[in-house]
Amino acid sequence: MSADHAHSFAAADALEETAAPAGGGAPAARARSDEVLLSVENVSLGFGGVKALTDVSFDIRKGEIRAIIGPNGAGKTSMLNCINGFYHPTEGRITFKGQTRPKMRPHEAAAGGIARTFQNVALFKGMSTLDNIMTGRSLKMRTNVFWQLVRFGPATREEVEHRRKVEDIIDFLQIQHIRKTPVGKLPYGLQKRVELGRALAMEPELLLLDEPMAGMNLEEKEDMSRFILDVNQEFGTTIALIEHDMGVVMDLSDRVVVLEYGRKIADGTPDEVKANQAVIDAYLGVPH
Amino acid sequence: MHANEAERPGARLDRERPVTTSVAAREDTFPKLIVRNARVRPRRTAFRHKDLGIWQSWDWGRVHESVRGFAAGLHGLGVRKGDKVAIVGANRPRLYWAMAAAQWIGAVPIPVYADSVAEEMAYVLSHAEVVTAVVQDQEQVDKLLQVADQVPTLGHVLYDEPRGLRDYDHARLHPLTEFIAEGEARLAREPELASVIDGALEAGRGEDLAIILYTSGTTGRPKGVMLTHDNVLAAARMGCDFDRLDETDEIIAYLPLAWVGDHIFSYAQAILAGLCVNCPESPETIVEDRREIGTTYAFAPPRVFENMLTLTMVRMEDAGRIKRAMFKYFIDHAGKVGEKILNGERVGTGDRLLYAIGDFLVYGPLRNRFGLTGIKVGYTAGEAIGPEIFRFYRSIGVNLKQLYGQTEASVYVTMQPDGEIYADTVGRPVPGVEIKIDENGEVLFRSPGVFLAYYKDDAKTAETKTQDGFVRSGDAGFFAENGHLKIIDRAKDVGKMNDGSLFPPKYVENKLKFYPNIKEAVAYGNGRDFVGVFVNIDLTAVGNWAERNNVIYASYQELAQNPQVYEMIAGHVDEVNRSLAAEPMMGGAQIKRFLILHKELDADDGELTRTQKVRRGFIAERYQPLIDALYDGSSEADIRTEVTFEDGRKGVIAARVKIRDMQVYPVETHAPVREAAE
Repeated sequence: MSADHAHSFAAADALEETAAPAGGGAPAARARSDEVLLSVENVSLGFGGVKALTDVSFDIRKGEIRAIIGPNGAGKTSMLNCINGFYHPTEGRITFKGQTRPKMRPHEAAAGGIARTFQNVALFKGMSTLDNIMTGRSLKMRTNVFWQLVRFGPATREEVEHRRKVEDIIDFLQIQHIRKTPVGKLPYGLQKRVELGRALAMEPELLLLDEPMAGMNLEEKEDMSRFILDVNQEFGTTIALIEHDMGVVMDLSDRVVVLEYGRKIADGTPDEVKANQAVIDAYLGVPH
Repeated sequence: MHANEAERPGARLDRERPVTTSVAAREDTFPKLIVRNARVRPRRTAFRHKDLGIWQSWDWGRVHESVRGFAAGLHGLGVRKGDKVAIVGANRPRLYWAMAAAQWIGAVPIPVYADSVAEEMAYVLSHAEVVTAVVQDQEQVDKLLQVADQVPTLGHVLYDEPRGLRDYDHARLHPLTEFIAEGEARLAREPELASVIDGALEAGRGEDLAIILYTSGTTGRPKGVMLTHDNVLAAARMGCDFDRLDETDEIIAYLPLAWVGDHIFSYAQAILAGLCVNCPESPETIVEDRREIGTTYAFAPPRVFENMLTLTMVRMEDAGRIKRAMFKYFIDHAGKVGEKILNGERVGTGDRLLYAIGDFLVYGPLRNRFGLTGIKVGYTAGEAIGPEIFRFYRSIGVNLKQLYGQTEASVYVTMQPDGEIYADTVGRPVPGVEIKIDENGEVLFRSPGVFLAYYKDDAKTAETKTQDGFVRSGDAGFFAENGHLKIIDRAKDVGKMNDGSLFPPKYVENKLKFYPNIKEAVAYGNGRDFVGVFVNIDLTAVGNWAERNNVIYASYQELAQNPQVYEMIAGHVDEVNRSLAAEPMMGGAQIKRFLILHKELDADDGELTRTQKVRRGFIAERYQPLIDALYDGSSEADIRTEVTFEDGRKGVIAARVKIRDMQVYPVETHAPVREAAE
C-alpha cells in the first residue's frame, strides 16, 4: 500500500456524516428559505349549506415539502382544489408568488407553475407513457397548429426539445421499460409514477400531490418517497402533499398542517404536530 | 442500424487527431489491445449505451483516449501497480473502461456484484484491500460509505451517475465524466505525465495479474480467483476462434460484471476481436434493447431463454384463432425437422419447403421478437437447460449451444461444436483444454486459462489445484461414447456403493423425473448394496391417465397404491435401468427396488427445500421404516406420517406401501472411459 492512502481514515468519518441525511431522507439537511411561495389566508369554501373549509390560513415556503393531513372528509382535497383554481374560495384569499388572483382557473394555475396529481389516477389510458408525459409539455409548446401539421421546421425542432425534457423525466423516474406501453396496461403503482412524470413535465414551481401513495405496497411507497425527495432536491420543486400514511408524512415533510371538519387544528413541524393534543384527539377520537 | 447514426459529437474532432499513445509493441495486455484497436479500427463503434432513449456510441479511438485519461486520473489519485480498484455497478461503458484504466497502470480491477448487500461488499473490499472504487450510482456510493470504516484502505470513490449525489461531501467523491476529461486534459498539458502513463502501459506484461474475480460462494466466504492477462487472453482467444468472432459482431452486456462470463464475453473477447459491446438502458429493457441492436453473439443463463419462451407462449394465448393455429402448426413442424436442418442433416424437399414457409410466417418474426435475428451463435451455461426449451430455440433456427466452464478456468472447459449438439451433454473439451476424470468421478481440467491462485488463500489453492496444474472442478461427470462430457452432479454429492461403483443421486433422480408421470424421486445408495428409490407420481399426469383408463381413485394415496400405476412406473424404472446400463460409469447405479410414496413430498413438511429440491437425509429419517423395508427385502411396509395441511392443522397419514423389485441389466463395457478422455 502506498502512503497516498494514509489520509483516508479521517476522510471516511467526515463523509459518513454528510451522507447519512441524504440516504436516510431526514429533511433537516435540506436548505430552506423563508420566502413564502404561496399563502392561504382565511379561506372558506361552501357548497350550498355544506361548509368544506372554514377560515383556513397557512403558507407554503419556497423549496419545502408541506403535508396536509386530516381524517376523512376534513377538506384536504378541497383545499388542494382551491389552490390550483378548480374551486374558488367563497371567502379569503390565495396569494401565489406575491400575486393575489380573485378567480384563478386551473389552466391559469398550470401556466403559473402549479402542477398536480390526482387521488384517482387521471391519465389517458390508451396512450403510451411517453405520450402521456408529453401532454404535460403542451402548455410549453409555442408553435402554431400550422407548423405542427407540416411536421418540419420550428415545430419539429420544438418537439425534439420537449422530447429531450421528457426523456430526462423518464430516466429520473426509472420508467424506461414502459416508455411505449399504453398506461392502461400498467400496474397501479407505475401509473402513479407516470402521473407524477406528467406533472413534472410542466416544470412546476409548486407540485400538488393528492395521496401519491394511496393503494401502494410498502416497496412502492418507498420508491415513491425516494422520488418525491429527489424531485424536491434535484429540481428544487416546492411540494404540497396530502397523505394518509403517517409514517410517510412524518418522514418526508418539513411542515405539516392538520385539518379537521374544514378547520385548521394544528400547523408545525412533524414533531410538533405529533405532540399536539388536538391532533391526537382528531385521529384517536375523544369521548363527547 | 439506426444506432450507428448516433455518433458522439466528439468523434468528429478525433478524426484528424492521431492515436496519442506511442508505445505497445506486443499486445499482451488488454490496455495494449485497446491501443491496437484505436490504431486499426479507430472509427468502428466499440461501446454503445442507451441513455435517455437514444443509443449513445463511442468508437475505439474515443474509448482509447478515455481509458488513457482515466488511467492518468487514477495515477493522480495515487493508484499504483498492484493496487486494487473495486468496480461496482451495472453494465456501463465507463465501468468497463475503469477495468482497462486500472490495468493500464498495473493496478488490479476487482469487480463486485452490484446486488451484494453492504456486509458482503465489506468482506470483499477489505479482503482485497481496495484503495479506490469506481461505482455506478448513489445506491452503490451509499453502500460504500456505510462500510467505509471496515475497509480502512479505501480512499477515493468515483461515480458514473451524479443523480442524488449533489449534496454529498465531495472531498473523496468524484464524478466520472469530469474525472476522465480532466485526466485527458492533463495528459495533453503535461508531457511528463504522458510519458509516465505510456511507460506504465509498456511495462505491462502478459503474466501480470489482470483481475481478481470473487466467486459468489454458495458455501462459505467468497474466494478471489486471480487471473493473469495471459489466462484471460488465452480464454478469449479460445472463444473467438471457436466461433470466429470478429469486429462486425455485436453483443449485449447485461450479466453481472463480477461474473467471469461477462468478463470474458463483454470485456476480453470484445477487446480482442474489436467487436461492439452494447449496454442496455435498464435491466427491464434488455429484450427491447436486444431487438434494436440485433446482437450476433449471445450468452445467457437458461432462465433467460425460459422467460422469453414463456412470455411468448402467454402472448400467443391472446392471439386470434388463425394466428394461433398457424403458430402451432409451424412450431410442430419445426419440432420435427428444424433441428435436423440446423445440424445440416438430410431432410426431404417437401419438409424443407414447408420449413421455409414457416420461417417466413412464424420463425423469422419470432426470432425478431426475441432479438435473435442476426444471431450467429448463442450460448447457455451456468445450470442445466430443459431439453424442450433448448430444442425449441434450435428448431426455429437459433444456433443455441451449451458450454461448461468455471471461473477458475477463465470460463472455457467444454463447448458444443456446430453440428454436434446434444441436449444432455456440455460438449467436447475446447482445443487447448485437457480433461481427466478421477476415480471419484470428479472432473479435472488443465488449460492456458487456468487461474494463478486464490487471493490470500494458499490452503484453498492447494486443495483445488493439483501438483501438475490440473484444477478440481467440484463437479462429477463422465465422457459419453460420442466424446462429449456429461456433468452429473456436484462431486461431493456423488456417493459410492458397497461394490465400489459410483452413485450419483441427482443423475438417477433426473432420469426418472424426465417421465411426466414421475413428479419427484429420491434415490438412496451411498454405502449400500444397491440403489433404492422413493417415487412421487405426478397427480395431474397420472390422474389424466386414470380418467382415460377408467381407473377410479379418491386421493393421491389411493392412486399411488394402484397396481396398474405401479406397473406403469415400473416400466419407466426399467427404461432408466436400460439407459444406465448403457453408460459404463453409471451402470452400477441401476435401481434394484422402488416404492411409490403414499404422500406427496412437500416443503411445508420439510421434505423439500423452498426451491423444490429434495432433502434426501431428512426424508430418509422421516421414512425410516420404508428405508428399512427397501433394504431388508420385505415386499411391503407400514408407515404412519404426521403431515401439515394447508390451513396449518396437523394430521396423520397411515398406509401400507408396496415395494417392487426390478431387473438389473449387465453393464456394457466398451473401452474404459478414463483413457478415452485423455
